Amino acid sequence: MSSKRHRKKLGSERLQRVIDLCKSIEERSLDPFIVDVDDILMVVREYFPEWELPEELCLDAEAIHKLASVIKLQSDWVKHQSTSLYTDPFLLEEKIRRLSKEELANLFLEVWHPIVELEQISSHSLAEAIKYWQSLLPISERWLKTSSLETETGATTREELIKQRILAEKAFSEELEMFWEELKQKVGDAGKIRYWDFVGADMYSETIKRAYMTSFLVTYGYATLEVHRLEEEIFIKPFEKPASMIGKKQLISIPVSVSVEEWMKWKRGEQD
Amino acid sequence: MRRKAYYVRKIKRATHLLFYRHHRKPGVMGWELGRRLGSDYPKVIGILDGYLEKLDLQVKTVFEGEKTVEKPTAQQLDKARFYITLRGGLTPKETKMMGWRIDDIAGLATAISCIISKKGKAPREEVEDLLRKKLPGWRVDTNMNRYIQSGYLAEDENKQLYLDWRTRAEIDQKALVDLLLGTESWKA
Repeated sequence: MSSKRHRKKLGSERLQRVIDLCKSIEERSLDPFIVDVDDILMVVREYFPEWELPEELCLDAEAIHKLASVIKLQSDWVKHQSTSLYTDPFLLEEKIRRLSKEELANLFLEVWHPIVELEQISSHSLAEAIKYWQSLLPISERWLKTSSLETETGATTREELIKQRILAEKAFSEELEMFWEELKQKVGDAGKIRYWDFVGADMYSETIKRAYMTSFLVTYGYATLEVHRLEEEIFIKPFEKPASMIGKKQLISIPVSVSVEEWMKWKRGEQD
Repeated sequence: MRRKAYYVRKIKRATHLLFYRHHRKPGVMGWELGRRLGSDYPKVIGILDGYLEKLDLQVKTVFEGEKTVEKPTAQQLDKARFYITLRGGLTPKETKMMGWRIDDIAGLATAISCIISKKGKAPREEVEDLLRKKLPGWRVDTNMNRYIQSGYLAEDENKQLYLDWRTRAEIDQKALVDLLLGTESWKA
């Protein structure tokens, strides 16, 4: 009985090593051919009859999955070698090393065709800028200290704090959960919704509030953003259960502009 | 005559769309051109490209998935991005006017060719090591960040570098590799 347990332990260690090796090849761009696929398949086959528990079977499946990824990398490698862009990295590195900076730059200029682009200001935005400038107080006046009014101290009520927007009517987490439910409802079977279709509201202030809440939905793992860079489209995809990403994955920030112009554009139905 | 006026009007509109930046990134998607110019936008773009040739400019089409397409379908064109780029090359003097030093260009050439040779993906550390052979150490990180910010390179969470949209739009990758391999400047 103990020998069976020992064999299982040995098998799971070997599978874990296979998974780690495949992972490091994927993540660190190592040569995928250092993996002997036949050898690994033999290991997987050898220990497969031992697995009974779901965790053990999951480990086995993960090893196969990772091996499949490495085989894909091997296939990509072969495909790349057969393309006209294939070149021996060592040979190219040697060439780069031996060329002077000037030679490299001159050579690059022959194949570089920079984009021609202009950033422009329209007469409308110019008029807006003039209006803003004219209504702007001189800096000396803006920096004038406002004399503080003396007021007597007194007690306040919860209602007054809510009125002054110091306290929220509902707990933030409760509000966030309700917002999440609304997102799930709006998404329905489609699984995702355009960012502006969800965030946009009749009033700009409401739109800002919804964008603010959406940022928390994404940060706290209630939903995720799907960014289509080329089409310049952003979709929101709600999760069925909140998924905590903190500590598991490197988080990235996605800035989304919610300016008045963007909002007006959405209102006019011009948002792509 | 009416037909000529039709195309003149469309070419003007296409010029405005392509030269002026409308989004965060330059360039216009095919479907966007289709919406503004009509379904015959590939023809309009072709005529515009002919005009631009005299000015050493061109309309560059970058297809989805970095593919080079000989005879693109309407669907492939809709998903492609169109840019106006220089048709010929630049002289070293001209690059100074664009704010690029010779060091920056040599570094960019090195980084791009290194990534190409590694199947379009290379660890940042490795590319930086190669750059250190050409640039002073303190410039390497700054330059690398500049290439990323300008859209020539992209970096993922595992610190792997890729070629980004600007490289695909502006650089003839095959010609770069061919030129590099064809050089005879052996100074050993």
